[in-house]
Parts: sequence; structure tokens; C-alpha cells
Amino acid sequence: MIQWLWIIPVLPFTGFLLLALSGARLPRRLVAVVGAGSVGLSAMAALMVALDFLTGTSPHAYKQTLWVWWRVDGFQPAVTLYLDSLSVVMILVITVVGFLIHLYSTEFMIGDSGYSRFFAYMNLFVGFMLILVLADNLVFLYLGWEGVGLCSYLLIGFWYKEPRNGYAARKAFVVTRIGDTAMAVGLFLLFNQLGTLHIQDLMMRAQQTWPSGSIYPVAAALLLLGGAAGKSAQLPLQTWLPDAMAGPSPVSALIHAATMVTAGVYLIARTHVLFTLAPKVMALVAILGAVTLLLAGFSGLVQRDIKRVLAYSTISQIGYMFLALGVGAWAAAIFHFMVHAFFKALLFLGAGAVIQALDEEHDMFKMGGLRQQMPVTFWTFLIGSSSLSAIPLITAGFYSKDQIIWLAYSSVFGSGWLWAAALAGALLTSLYTFRLVFRVFFGSPRSQIKHHPGPAIKISLVVLAIFSIAGGFIELPKSLGNLHLFSDFLQSTLPSPLVAKGRGALETMFEIISMAVSLGGVFLVYLFIFRMPRLTQRLAQSSMGAFLYKFWFGGWGFDTFYDHLITRPYVWVARVNRHDFIDGLFTAVAWINRTGYRTIRRTQTGRLRGYAMGIAAGAILIIGMAVLL
Amino acid sequence: MNALFYISAIVAVISTLLVITRANAVHALLYLIVSLLSISLIFYLFGAPLAAILEVIIYAGAIVVLFVFVVMMLNMGPQTLVQEQQWVRRRVWLGPSILGAILLAELIYITMAGGGHTTTARVIGIKAVGLTLFGSYLLGVELASLLLLAGLIGAYHLGRRKFHRTVSRGTS
Amino acid sequence: MMISLPMTHGLILAGILFALGLVGVLVRRNIIFMLLSIEIMLNASGLAFITAGAQRGDPDGQIMFLFILTMAAAEVSVGLALILQFYHRFKTLDADAADRMRG
Repeated sequence: MIQWLWIIPVLPFTGFLLLALSGARLPRRLVAVVGAGSVGLSAMAALMVALDFLTGTSPHAYKQTLWVWWRVDGFQPAVTLYLDSLSVVMILVITVVGFLIHLYSTEFMIGDSGYSRFFAYMNLFVGFMLILVLADNLVFLYLGWEGVGLCSYLLIGFWYKEPRNGYAARKAFVVTRIGDTAMAVGLFLLFNQLGTLHIQDLMMRAQQTWPSGSIYPVAAALLLLGGAAGKSAQLPLQTWLPDAMAGPSPVSALIHAATMVTAGVYLIARTHVLFTLAPKVMALVAILGAVTLLLAGFSGLVQRDIKRVLAYSTISQIGYMFLALGVGAWAAAIFHFMVHAFFKALLFLGAGAVIQALDEEHDMFKMGGLRQQMPVTFWTFLIGSSSLSAIPLITAGFYSKDQIIWLAYSSVFGSGWLWAAALAGALLTSLYTFRLVFRVFFGSPRSQIKHHPGPAIKISLVVLAIFSIAGGFIELPKSLGNLHLFSDFLQSTLPSPLVAKGRGALETMFEIISMAVSLGGVFLVYLFIFRMPRLTQRLAQSSMGAFLYKFWFGGWGFDTFYDHLITRPYVWVARVNRHDFIDGLFTAVAWINRTGYRTIRRTQTGRLRGYAMGIAAGAILIIGMAVLL
Repeated sequence: MNALFYISAIVAVISTLLVITRANAVHALLYLIVSLLSISLIFYLFGAPLAAILEVIIYAGAIVVLFVFVVMMLNMGPQTLVQEQQWVRRRVWLGPSILGAILLAELIYITMAGGGHTTTARVIGIKAVGLTLFGSYLLGVELASLLLLAGLIGAYHLGRRKFHRTVSRGTS
Repeated sequence: MMISLPMTHGLILAGILFALGLVGVLVRRNIIFMLLSIEIMLNASGLAFITAGAQRGDPDGQIMFLFILTMAAAEVSVGLALILQFYHRFKTLDADAADRMRG
């Protein structure tokens, strides 16, 4: 069964080919079947492969080489699929969540003229993402990395007729490009020093040849971190994700919540050996994660557009994953990734349903009281929000986020500051999430919905809601059952974090604190919105409040900063350099042609005598040549 | 006899020169007749009496007369004289004169390079010409007659008064 | 009547007349004069043929001259008819007036 590993990425690619070549001519229903079906079949194959992997007696990793990609001077990266516990988790999440999102899209995008184009791009994306997580060597991984970047560009700018969407797509591509370049340089460095890019070999050789903390692992880890930060929208490359909400909601759900933005997390988890050899970089990762989650939390608190709140929320949650990676809690990061995929996709799909029902209204302050009009959407959205806010005990988010908060303190790499940041972030999460929920679904209705979501949408929402609750029960902390199914499963690939001595005893107390924080956040929001609306108004209108509001609304001024630092000088240089000499070569060709034309034109006077003169002169010339030669 | 040739040659050259420099069209035509007559004499001296006669009859007697008819018909008036004088200025002559001089130099060079043998010109009578013309060159005669037919029809058609009205309607 | 002279002189005379005719075509602006100058050139070439024929003792030179004459006649008649049309259209005999083919 496990030999069918190759079919998991091949199915979405086949779907892409079919739809790209002939999708415009096929009826909608067939396009939906091909588009969603290819990912669905891939999900089934992934389930079977995972089953075989779990129950079989095979070693902890399975390799399947399809062919050798290219050979240059002894370096021959192969198209090899590598399956271990980490890859199993990734492919299951990608294909199952991907399938649910595709199912949702079959109904969501039904009115769009680019229906087959949409599914073609989505299938292409799923194929590339699967390559990324199944790749055996970093070159093949980079192929998947670039591929998902391309598909992200194509899908953000899906409604290309609106120039704003094209701008957002370009912004996303260019910003992640910066990270990609850093990653490429990191690959060059690794290959130069260690002679291979095959991940397992690389990790072994790095451990053998490089002492911990020396310049090479630090440099390589930093560069890979650059790539990861770009793709995962962390500081300082996080500016593209809020604008990427210009794409359709399923795109935001799949690419910018569940999968592509977590590629950075996957990369760091995959190359964790390299990072453990560079503790300073790990500390940087943790700090980066902590700062990002706070930054994004504050920004999400003041947004008006539903999807932008969720976008900042994604940045914040990935900050949690980076924080976990930075303190050495690899399995916890992947656990949070999985749970986050469930509830964030659910939230984006729910937001999409609300937006579509209200005829493309994005502003949450124009919504209200949708609780009665869209019950299924409301309950699933509520479940997703609860999971996001880590409401204790019943939601999956509680278990995953709490593990991170705990390990931020207790790990050997952790500290009290990181724990405080994570806790503050959890408070912010509750605040902005339930602000969103209350504004959209509670209160008096400000508008009527135009149409109800259909069955495909509802099924996807419900299934994801179930996962958002049940997905957490496989990893319970010590005080609540001490279940380690998930981390035990990943043990073979991702070692457990080392817990610092003396800190383990405080686990129960810290858990109660975080439970209080998340519930308290919900209560605070309730107070501010429903019980003390005038206080909220006055706070917002005070000078400090207004300044903070504008500052956080603009994403802490990063866009303006980058605009002044990089964009404007670059545009200025381009404008000054408009007439450089290479351009001059080309314009010279045109100029020669035009001047020649103008000169020769003067000889066409239309006058008989002139022509006669020309004939006479020419004849004399020829006779002269005959005479002289 | 040689002197006669040189005298006629000088007359021909001078009258041709005068033809191309006159402002009055009729004067130019009259000088052309003089030139043609002197050339006709040269033909005769070269032993080509038929050519001499034809030169006078057709060239001077028909073609130049045709020119005279057209000039008379156009009847331009005295202002054209002034206009012609304006057009024929010293400055205009420079370029073409140079070209003409170069051409002349080339032709003389080619001619002298061929070597100058003196021959006694034999008179080739009309009968001999007629026999060759309608013997070897019969095809040429037929083609010439076709050419004349074409010229006739063309001249008739193009010279019609009514024609230019349809022309102007079609082109303006 | 026979003369004995180097035939090259006849050819040189033809060359002079031809050059004069060429100059006349290039200088004069009046169309009738241009046509006239062309006739001079044709005549000069005829003279060259006669000279060559006399040198060879053939009637071929005179026959060629005959054909030239025929062609000149046809050409002049058509040319003059065209000049009439030209005059009717442009109301002048200025050759430079017809420059619609200007590029």
C-alpha cells in the first residue's frame, strides 16, 4: 500500500493538467468533480498510506525514488519521496483539509466565470505543497517551495481584472521572494560546506562536522530562517499576508491559513538538527515568534475587515509555532500547526460564507445579529473561534496552545519573558476573536442576508468544526490525562523538548493561569461591547487611543517604513536610469531606421527633373565603372 | 569632303546648343530644324542617302512640325516668355553641365580606346537597304508597324478633349 | 560622295549631341523643352548608328536608324498628347507642378 505514495502528489497534478488544458470546455459539474475529486482521491490515498505506515513493521522512514532529476559534477538530486512521521502528519492535513476546502469551493465559486481556472490553480497548489513536504532533498523541496509561491500569486490575483488584486499578488510574491533568496543562499552554503542537499545526510554531516554555535550552522540556520519567515509571514516579512486577503476566501483558507504559510514551520522542523547546532538562532526564532504574535495580535484588535482580522490572527498563531520551534518544542509546533489548520480554515470558510451571504460585505461593523439568520455558520464559526482562543478543555486549540505556552517557560531554551509574551498573546487572541464573533453574529441585525449557504459549504464547515474539537484529544497534558499520542508518533523524527529542572512542578498552576486568561479575554470583550459601549467610545476617541488605533491598524507602520526605505529609492533610481546606454542601443536601432527613412524620403521629390537627374547620374556612374574597370 | 563634314558638325553642335538655351519655344524649334538639317547632310556624306532623306522628311518634317502644332495650340502668351527666362538661370546649369561633361569625357574615352581607323565611306543605296529591311529584318518591320498602331491609338485617345473631363471626375 | 575620315569623329559628334540633349533634359523646366531634348538625344544615337553602319559597309546602320525614327515618331505623338492633358490639368507647362508622387 505504501508503494502508492507517489500517487498522492500525482493526482492533484493530473487534475491541474486536465483542467488547464480543457477545463474551459467542460461543464461545471465535471470541473467540480475533477477539481475536488483529485484532492479527495489523494486524501484517501494519504489515509491508506498513513494506515500502512502506522500499522506496518516498516522502519521509521520510507523512501521512494522516482527518477534522478539531474546530474551535474557528482551532484545528482533525485525526485525522491520521503515518508516519515512528520511527512505523514503533513500530507494528511494538506489533503484532508484541502479536500474539504475544495468541496466548499465547488459551491462557493459556482457563480464565477473562472471556475475551471480556479480549480486548476488550487490543484496545482496542492500538488506543489505535497512535493514540498514529501521532498527528500532540499532542491526538490525548493521546487515545491517556489511552486506554492507561484500558485499563491496566481490565486491572490485570481480576480485579475481589479488592479488592486494584482498589486496584492505582486506584493506577496516579491516579499516572499526576499525570503526565498535568503533560503537559496542558505542552500548554496550548505552544499558548499557539506557536499550534499539530501536532508537526512545533511543533518548527519552537519552534526558530525560542525561544532555547536560555530559560524556555519549559524549562517545556514539564519538564511533558512529568512526563507521561513518570508513564507510564513513573520517579522520582518509579514507585510504581504493582510493584503493577500484580496483573493477568494477558499484561497485564504487553504494557502494563507492551513498550508503554505506553515511551510516555514515545516522547513525549520525538518532541519531542526541544524537549528539545534545554532542555539543563538533558535533564540532568535523564539523571540521573532513572540514579537510577531504580539504585534499581529494588537493589529488584529483594531481591524474592520473580517478577513484582515483572521489574517493577522494567522500571523499571530504562526508566531506561536515559531515560538515553539525556538524553544525546541518541535512536536508541539507541529501539533499546533495541525489544530490551527483545522480551525483557521474553518474560520476563513465561515467568513467567506458570511461575506457571500451579505453580497461581498467585508466590514464587520456593518454586520450584526447573523446568529439567527445563519445558524450552521454561526455555530461552526463559534467553535472555530473558541478553538482559536483556546477555550479550556473542550477545544483542540486549548491543548495545542497551552502546550506551547507551558513549554515556552519550562523548556531549557525558554524563559519567563517568552511565557509572558505567549500569555499576553493568548489574551489578545481571545479579545480580537470574540470581538469579531460578537460584532458579526450578535447584536441587532444591520442587514439581511441575500442567500443562504448550501450543502457543500455546510458540510465542510461542520466537518472542520468536529476536527477543531476532537483534534486535540490526542495530546493531553500531565494533569488532564497525560496522553502523548501525537508527540510519541513524532518521536522518531522530532525529539521531545528538554524540560529545565525545577520548572516542571509549576505545570498545573500555569495551566490554570492560561485557562483564566483565555476565558477572561472573552469576558472582557463582552463587557466592552455590550455593557460599557460608551467607555469603549471614549477610549477610542482619546488622543492616545486614536493614535494607537491608527498605528495598529496600519500594521505597526511596516508598510510605510518599507515604502520609504526600499520602494521609493528603488523607483527613483529606476526613473533616473531610464535612459541608460543599453536602452540607448535599442533606441539607436529605431533612431537609425527613422533617420534613414527621413533621409531617403527627401529624395522622393515627385519631380520629373530630379528623377531624370538621378537616372543620368547613375548611368554615368555605371559607364564610368565600365570604363575604368 | 572632310571639311564639309566638320563644318556641318560645328553647325549642328551650335544650333543644338541654341535649342536648349532659348526661352522662346518656336525659336528653339527652328534651331532644331537647322540642327537636323545639318545632321542630314552628315548622313549623306557618310553614304546613307536614305537616312538623310528620312531625317529631313520625318524628323524635321513631321516630328518638329508636330511640336510646332502643339506649341501653337497651347498658345501661351508673352508671360510665358518671362517665366521661361526666369527658369533658365545660370545657377541651374551648373550641375547638369558637369554631368554632361563627365558623360562626354567617358564617351570620348571609350571611342578613342577603340582605335580610329579611317575608311572610305561607300554609298549604300536605297535598294540595298530595302532588300535587307524586308529580308532579314522583316519581323522588325512588323513590330514597328504595331508600335505605330499603338502610338496612333494612344495619341488619339489621349488627345481627346472630352477625355479630360472624365479624367478629372475620376481623379479629383 | 565619299569621305575618308576616322569614324571616331562621327561617334564623338554623336556623343556631344547626346550630352547636349541630356543637359537640356535636366535643365529645362518646361515639359515641351524636355521632350525636345529627348528628341535630340534620340537623333544623336541615330547618328551613332549610321556612323557605325558606314564604317562596316552594311545597310544595318540605316535600318536601325529607321527603327529609331519610327519609335521617335510614335513616342512624340503620344508624348505630345500627354502634354496636352498635362496642360489641361495643371494649367501650366511647369514639370515641377506634377509632384503628387512626393514621398
